[in-house]
Amino acid sequence: MPARSTALAGLARRQAARQLPAAIRPAFTTAATARPSSSSLSRAAPLRAFSSTPRRAGGNVPARADYKKLTAADVEAFKSFLSTPASSLFTTIASPDGSWTPVNEDDLIGYNKDWMDKYVGHSQLLLKPKSTEEVSKIMAYCYKERIAVVPQGGNTGLVGGGTPVYDEVILSTEAMKEVRHFDEVSGILTADGGAILESLSNYLHPKGYMMPLDLGAKGSCHIAGNISTNAGGLRLLRYGSLHGTVLGIEAVLPDEKGTILSVGMPGGRGGALRKDNTGYDLKQLFIGAEGTLGIVTGVSIMTPRLSSAVNVAVLSVPDFKGVQKVFQETRGHLGEILSAFEFWDQEGLELVLHHTGQKTPFEGEPEGGRAFYVLIETSGSNNDHDSEKLGSLLEHLLESEVIADGVLAQDETQVASLWSLRESMPEAAGKLGKVYKYDLSMPVKDMYSLVEEARVRFEEHGLIKDGSIKSVVGYGHIGDGNLHINIVADRWDEKIEKTIEPWIYEATAARSGSISAEHGLGVMKAPYVGYSKSDESIDVMQAIRKLFDPRGILSPYKYLPPVKEPQAAN
Amino acid sequence: MRPTAPSWLKVLVPIKRTVDYAVKIRVGANGVETAGVKHSLNPFCEIAVEEAVRLRERHKKDIENITVVTIGPPKAADVLRTALAMGADSAIHVEVKDGVIVEPLAVARALKAIVGEEKPDIVLMGKQAIDDDASQTGGMLAGMLSWPQANFASKIELDVAGKSVKVAREIDGGLETLSMDLPAVVTTDLRLNEPRYASLPNIMKAKKKPLKKLKPEDLKVDFSPRLETVKVEAPPARKGGAKVESVDEVVAKLKEAGVL
Repeated sequence: MPARSTALAGLARRQAARQLPAAIRPAFTTAATARPSSSSLSRAAPLRAFSSTPRRAGGNVPARADYKKLTAADVEAFKSFLSTPASSLFTTIASPDGSWTPVNEDDLIGYNKDWMDKYVGHSQLLLKPKSTEEVSKIMAYCYKERIAVVPQGGNTGLVGGGTPVYDEVILSTEAMKEVRHFDEVSGILTADGGAILESLSNYLHPKGYMMPLDLGAKGSCHIAGNISTNAGGLRLLRYGSLHGTVLGIEAVLPDEKGTILSVGMPGGRGGALRKDNTGYDLKQLFIGAEGTLGIVTGVSIMTPRLSSAVNVAVLSVPDFKGVQKVFQETRGHLGEILSAFEFWDQEGLELVLHHTGQKTPFEGEPEGGRAFYVLIETSGSNNDHDSEKLGSLLEHLLESEVIADGVLAQDETQVASLWSLRESMPEAAGKLGKVYKYDLSMPVKDMYSLVEEARVRFEEHGLIKDGSIKSVVGYGHIGDGNLHINIVADRWDEKIEKTIEPWIYEATAARSGSISAEHGLGVMKAPYVGYSKSDESIDVMQAIRKLFDPRGILSPYKYLPPVKEPQAAN
Repeated sequence: MRPTAPSWLKVLVPIKRTVDYAVKIRVGANGVETAGVKHSLNPFCEIAVEEAVRLRERHKKDIENITVVTIGPPKAADVLRTALAMGADSAIHVEVKDGVIVEPLAVARALKAIVGEEKPDIVLMGKQAIDDDASQTGGMLAGMLSWPQANFASKIELDVAGKSVKVAREIDGGLETLSMDLPAVVTTDLRLNEPRYASLPNIMKAKKKPLKKLKPEDLKVDFSPRLETVKVEAPPARKGGAKVESVDEVVAKLKEAGVL
């Protein structure tokens, strides 16, 4: 077939304008393009100005503990562990004998700050080791010298877990991103921890497989980060959580030897196996541990077959009760072909249309000026079969007036642009202002009342009237009982934050929900874990953490509330 | 006989089912692999359908009928249904067997026969199909009918009373505006419009719209191919680059490549 003509380049450009980037890409890095910078860092300084004082949204972070403050001698030591220090070590610390060129604070800002612009740290040292052995040497040294470390993947986290709180050394998995092995018969993929999720998808698709998870940040997030945060995402409904799909983990422990713990990885004792009941399932501890038990450097994961038939419909539903009814009917009619079920509210739609300049996909305005929107995706191996099932569901919903309107994608390009209505929501919110994001899970019937209560609360506090809060948007993986509530404020402000927290956690606990459905705890929710876990559970968790990280050097100040008695200085 | 108001216009929109624009094309031993690959309405044809629907939204009762027609295998009925869901009134499916190649010349001849039957005032079609990129059918059809033609339209203005159409078309030097009397052939280009989604109410209404099935013999047209495809091969794979660790290495590699 002849190469695409220039007319099609125009079509591609036009389509790119109509369909939005599917990934949330932090301003500084993507899988496809790295902005060129003067240094060999792949994340250049964003051009906006920022204050140099640590801006922290949230005042309950513990004071800096007595970890070692880095010296030039430490930098020398780290340098000796790396095979290519020129591209693996970046520090603002000066070299006494010129054996390395220090960088500016600006060059490290992309690693010191999260993409929401909410959490800023002041690390002086960024390490990008190329192999698990290098990570092991680094961790053994940090144990010996009691140097605090924050593991960092794609830095797309939403709870300040991936950035330093003070001057912890940033250990990035960016340079370890190869696919190690793929078994075409079983579909088991083994990769380095720093492999980017979208790259893995692109690797698998031509072979007829796909990653079992998908999220907006896919263009930047690392698989090790996904595992360390037990990322959920858009396909959990169909493929389950990482607790089920991960078969093996290779992690470096923060102990004297920098032990490389390999569980369920191919080639070892007991390789990457679908079924293996031999002892405590250690890998489960690392899934969702947010880098507090060890640094995940390798992963073995089950991948499902890529579906040849994918259909997407977006529906307009008059009220939230209707959304629940749609979910029930969808489950009933579609059964095994349902692969995603997302919802968002009128505020969310308006936010996205405003940010992207798109027109609404529907013919007109909803009745009463507001509606809820549901995205249904089906994935199967037989398009005729799936289209028929989906078609009869949609007809039924329309005729019984459960839904007011809807559109059905007619080609792949439309599938992508309908998905972008949902996937662009976080980015659109970020463009409108500073976003206080909460990720809560609770029974579906109680979900939207929380959003409505939040709006009332902000009204009562005068925050809507004076423009402090610009919009309250509710959306999420309603199929999993997961609400993302985005409170868009015009600035990071403790006053605004105090109106939100801890009220929102109390409101969640009152609904017997979880304060963090999938985003994790990081630094944001570490103090509040008690809202969703009993004291006894927290005590056991602290004990486990102490067992793996006796010197408390991995991701300090995060994940769990500070332990009552101070760490014994060694 | 029903009295026809002189200003009512009939629009005929020929459309084609092609491999989906977003799909990555793979070339096998027998040419482009199409088995099991997602197919959909050719993007330029989609734009033509959208334009026809917009003409009706603009001119209302003056547009008597929008008929879509496709010449293709049984599955091509899908694109007819998409077009009906976008707002076309009726559809004609000239069904050929799966795997049969229908060349632009055969398509033009078939459309000439259909134009003879349906007597449209304007034939609105995509400028080319994204599978063969031939861009021939529109021109051939206009030639066979001896109708005026305007290709690569980026703007269409219909004068119903005057039975003429003004078309702005994109050319290398800029925009050229042509005025022609109806009946005429107009082919669509990218910037003409942005097609709408198929809404559920319209998808359901489309099921009740008439879809006429014809065989090539009914049109008395010779569909036998006149071209022989000698070879189809994929463009050569892009050779990967090499990553370097420092500026010095960049200079060394550039010198090696003879660039510096």
